[in-house]
Amino acid sequence: MVPLSWYLIVAAALFCIGLYGVLARRNAIGILMAVELMLNAVNINLLAFWRYLTPAHMTGQVFALVVLAVAAAEAAVGLALIVAIYRTRDTVNVEEVDLMKL
Amino acid sequence: MAQAIFIILSLFTLGCALVVVTNRNLFHSALYLAFVFIGVAGLYFMLQAEFFAGIQVLIYVGAILTLIIFAIMLSRDLMNPNVRGFNRQWWAAAIVAGLLFLALAVVLVRAPWPAAPAGEPSPAFIAELGQALVSPAYVLPFEVVSILLLAALVGSILIARER
Amino acid sequence: MLNLTWLIPVFPFLSFVLIVLFTNPNKKLSSGIAIGSVAVSWVLSWGVFFQSIAGHIGMGEEAFRLHVPWLPTGTEWFPMGVNVDPLSAIMLFMVPFVCLMIFIYSVGYMHGDPRYSRFFAYISLFACGMLGLVVADNLLMLFIFWEIMGLCSYLLIGFWFEKPSAMKAGLKAFLTTRVGDAFMLAGMLLLYSQTGELTFAHIFAPETLEKLAHTQVNLGFLGSLPWASLLAMLIFGGAVGKSAQFPLHVWLPDAMEGPTPVSALIHAATMVSAGVYLVARCFPLFTAVEAGPQLGLVAFIGAFTALFASTIAVAQDDIKRVLAYSTISQLGYMIAALGIGAYVAAVFHLITHAFFKALLFLGSGSVIHGSGTQDMMEMGGLRKHMPITFATFLVGTFALAGVPPFAGFWSKDEILADAFHQFTELGAASWPFFVWLFLTLAAFLTAFYMGRQIFLTFYGESRRPHAHAHESPKSMTYPLIVLAVFAALLGFAGVPEEFPVLGHLLGNPFHHFVGHGFPATPLNGLVMLISVAMALGGLFVAWLVYGRNPLKEGQPDPLIQALGPVYTVLRRKYYFDELYQATFIRLALWLSEVCFAFDNKWVVDPLVNLAGKAGVALSNLGGWFDRTFVDGAVNGVAAVVGWMGGALRQTQTGRVQNYLLAAALAVFVLLVISVVV
Repeated sequence: MVPLSWYLIVAAALFCIGLYGVLARRNAIGILMAVELMLNAVNINLLAFWRYLTPAHMTGQVFALVVLAVAAAEAAVGLALIVAIYRTRDTVNVEEVDLMKL
Repeated sequence: MAQAIFIILSLFTLGCALVVVTNRNLFHSALYLAFVFIGVAGLYFMLQAEFFAGIQVLIYVGAILTLIIFAIMLSRDLMNPNVRGFNRQWWAAAIVAGLLFLALAVVLVRAPWPAAPAGEPSPAFIAELGQALVSPAYVLPFEVVSILLLAALVGSILIARER
Repeated sequence: MLNLTWLIPVFPFLSFVLIVLFTNPNKKLSSGIAIGSVAVSWVLSWGVFFQSIAGHIGMGEEAFRLHVPWLPTGTEWFPMGVNVDPLSAIMLFMVPFVCLMIFIYSVGYMHGDPRYSRFFAYISLFACGMLGLVVADNLLMLFIFWEIMGLCSYLLIGFWFEKPSAMKAGLKAFLTTRVGDAFMLAGMLLLYSQTGELTFAHIFAPETLEKLAHTQVNLGFLGSLPWASLLAMLIFGGAVGKSAQFPLHVWLPDAMEGPTPVSALIHAATMVSAGVYLVARCFPLFTAVEAGPQLGLVAFIGAFTALFASTIAVAQDDIKRVLAYSTISQLGYMIAALGIGAYVAAVFHLITHAFFKALLFLGSGSVIHGSGTQDMMEMGGLRKHMPITFATFLVGTFALAGVPPFAGFWSKDEILADAFHQFTELGAASWPFFVWLFLTLAAFLTAFYMGRQIFLTFYGESRRPHAHAHESPKSMTYPLIVLAVFAALLGFAGVPEEFPVLGHLLGNPFHHFVGHGFPATPLNGLVMLISVAMALGGLFVAWLVYGRNPLKEGQPDPLIQALGPVYTVLRRKYYFDELYQATFIRLALWLSEVCFAFDNKWVVDPLVNLAGKAGVALSNLGGWFDRTFVDGAVNGVAAVVGWMGGALRQTQTGRVQNYLLAAALAVFVLLVISVVV
């Protein structure tokens, strides 16, 4: 039987890889893909905890389902934003989208 | 046996994930992302969450990834490997991500986890999950999520619409 | 009908939503929806009111309650519901009706305003707040509606936000009442922590009150007092803010920057009386401890405010400001009445005051609409041009001044009689004596400034060249007439039973309905004579000063000569605005400037120059910071390796990824700290 901590460590590794992608990518779509990795890591955690700590309860499953739905919504809105930015600024490079700086 | 499968599966998943974030060609990244999703689905399978393994493949590979590939193909220059793919802080990002992983690993290893699962999931847990979603306990989050999806649907059409 | 009580606040809210979302571009439809919704609420409310009179709700019986579970508190559900007892029934008689009159009036007054629909949306939301507050069955709901009204008040005072003064007035109202609300919230939380309940029926149950009255709370060096007293005083803080009592009265006169229907609706008739309603609603809590400090405080604040505000009103020239100070003063009457335990008299005055003060404000709005100015010194002679406005305004004036048999006479006299009655029982060294004295003096001043207003506005000749005053449209004058009827006749609902002929004939239905369990105030001919003398005397003195020889154009106010420096003090409202400016506001500004300078010494260099302007004290302070912190920081920073400097430079890039990197680093650091420690 695989110990719980293995799953958690794999999830943490996946999360950090995703974090690296979010921090280092110049391309907005690349960032979005990295965010999906992070969300997957979260779901691994949720399901692992469900399996090992409270297999009789539904909370972990429901939570994972919610995260899944949020990930889908995030992808849809994020890609729409990217398309809109691409159309107006002709780039998806986040370094050129720095309107936060006055 | 299970442990060996787990290790192989995890290494495969993490390796593909590394390719996703380091490959310069975004299209290749997207293909590797599919492998990551499938690997994660395998992990779910090992966790006896077969239902999630299924919808992981359906939603992530079937829907989200297709969407991403569409977006990649719609924008020019993205598949060109000569464009610089990473910003100037990529090495700092790598250090921070690595450090964070180390710290998390230390915390996770030191925490006292139960050695074995607290029990077996019910054989009919998919039916139970379905009932739980519309039970008083979870019906509100369930409805909120449906509203969120609707809002995302309307919002993304509105944002991406040609003016 | 009672089962539909919960619908009363719902209709105005629906109207707000409809106007904001759908009908904003269509002005006629928007005002139609608003008026229709409040009319429905009005019909429902009067249905509830008459049914509760017929069914004798609360005459020794339980109040009507209807509630559903609302918030889970962990162990049980916090209920949300409506509560109809005589107090809320009588408020339901007054509030929607006055609202309806003012909504109708607004059609004429706001005609042609570019934000006409928005105005109706706001006042609909306000009506929802006030009606919800009246029917709320627990303190939390009451507080929510209370804050909705605060928001509407802010939005409506600053309705003409192009005017900087209106914007500032809105802000001032919001911040000043917030001081009171903070006390109220604290009181509410403590009450909840003590009893675990906020539902009126439960917190005012005898055993709960008994418990609150007999447990002491230790306040450190301030000594200790019963919980009931402390809670009552904290909740009273909210009433002080909302009802503009001293020392939080400063916002109400400035609130007159808003459109006049708003002044009438919010800042005269209904919202400001919410404070009084709150005290009346929590009256069992206030009287839980016999002779505690809370009632003395309430009585003192009320009586002092009544006199204090009426003196200021004497020296104001703006027609709406006079009425604003008059409102503060009349609210002081009600608060003082509650402070001496004259519950019925206070509620009676609350109701009659709402009618005649709404009438006076709408009348003043009509005057402003017709003459184009707010300065009474520029008016004069309007009697001929605006006969309906004049007649109704006169009725309002008589009611406010307390001339028999208008409504204000009966309600004001009941307060005075109650105070006098208690003072004869307790002796001259008691609260009731001061209350009676202050309120009687205030009655004289009230009659005087109202007389002054009448003579300056309507008599004599116009003091403004090229004035073309005209009567207002029918949508404005009809509400005036209706309100005038109420201002004249409503007092007969509360004529003391011992009063010759009338008392026997009418039987004081008000007391029987609202005041069950309270002994009726005995009729006192002497008090009645004194108050009539005060009212007529005040009007007579006003006639001597302003009526006998009407002011000519450019002639100064004769009071300036007669009162000398006192006039200046009154005119400047005892310098309270200046005092607050010099203390609280200066302190707050100073504190924020210190923080501002501190911040910018660290981060952005060019702003150092700006900080330098903050004065010598600040520079010294800044210099001290410079030597101790900045130098140390500079040396410290120099020691850190290059990428740290690079990263710090990058914090100003505006790129999200840089910020995110910092966030991830911070998470790592926190994690390490949590592991190590």
